[in-house]
Amino acid sequence: MPINEEVFGKVRETLVDALGVDDDEVTEDATMVGDLGAESIDFLDIVFKLEKTFDIQIPRDELFPDDILTSAEFVQDGKVTPEGLSKLKERMSFADLTKFEQNPLVQDFGNLLTVKDLCNYVTEKTAA
Amino acid sequence: MEISCRSGRTWSAYFHLCGWGLILMRWLWIDRYTEFISGKSAVAIKNVTLSEEVVDDYAPGRTFLPNTLIIEGMAQTAGLLVSQIGDFLDRLVLAKIQSSKFYFPAYPGDTLTFRVELERQDSEGAFAVGTTHRGEELQAEISLMFAKLQDVRFANVELFEPAELCRMCRLLRIFEVGVNVDGSPIQVPKHMIEAEKALLLQD
Repeated sequence: MPINEEVFGKVRETLVDALGVDDDEVTEDATMVGDLGAESIDFLDIVFKLEKTFDIQIPRDELFPDDILTSAEFVQDGKVTPEGLSKLKERMSFADLTKFEQNPLVQDFGNLLTVKDLCNYVTEKTAA
Repeated sequence: MEISCRSGRTWSAYFHLCGWGLILMRWLWIDRYTEFISGKSAVAIKNVTLSEEVVDDYAPGRTFLPNTLIIEGMAQTAGLLVSQIGDFLDRLVLAKIQSSKFYFPAYPGDTLTFRVELERQDSEGAFAVGTTHRGEELQAEISLMFAKLQDVRFANVELFEPAELCRMCRLLRIFEVGVNVDGSPIQVPKHMIEAEKALLLQD
């Protein structure tokens, strides 16, 4: 999905404000945790700011599917099962899970979300 | 010697072991509320005085209330406003100082007026936007984010003794000036009254 430039600009502004990073660090492919240094508390801040900026509601489990990642039904030996992966894809159609699918370790999920994913999510929500 | 710390961001009580027992040291950076509208806004005042050692000790040769403690005062003003919504039962902590801008120092003899509004709050946290003024002069602008600790790790953690917290609320006159948005007075939560009674009976 091509990125919506207007959305990207506002998301970048939000991330610069919430994370104290520079404009040029917020690239489409930057991961929220690994590249931009977001911590769990920052996500609360980011979600609040995005809701305000875009006038949308962001249910927590849409961006952070903890219920799936902590479910005995969908996780075995620290890995998301095929059923769990399909549940994640259904829930997170905005995110590219291709790389994660190759070795779906739950512990790696936290660093999956990219700026582009976030933009796609917001674009979906604003179009709804 | 500091032996333990029961602290939330809005109220911390430090117990010092002395030869003759335990002393409760206060950590209040506002003096009292003058307005308190449940879930919406609050106004509190703080008189800066030389009797507070930090005013003199922080920067020897210059006397002023450190800006960090003004932020703490704002966190207390806003934190109790957020806590009251849930009858002071949420495990609320100051999560982030989103921004702070100071225009001049607060000197001994100054009265600071803290004004805060809740921008939003939900089951996960809250945003508060505040200012401090000396008279009509804008002294600082401060925005804060609070988080509610809901993780299972904190399930049995109590940040405050309900009786202590209730006493602090009374000291700050929350229940004297506090009103709901319809103007009716806010009530002391039942669990706090019970805790106070239990404490009195214990003594």
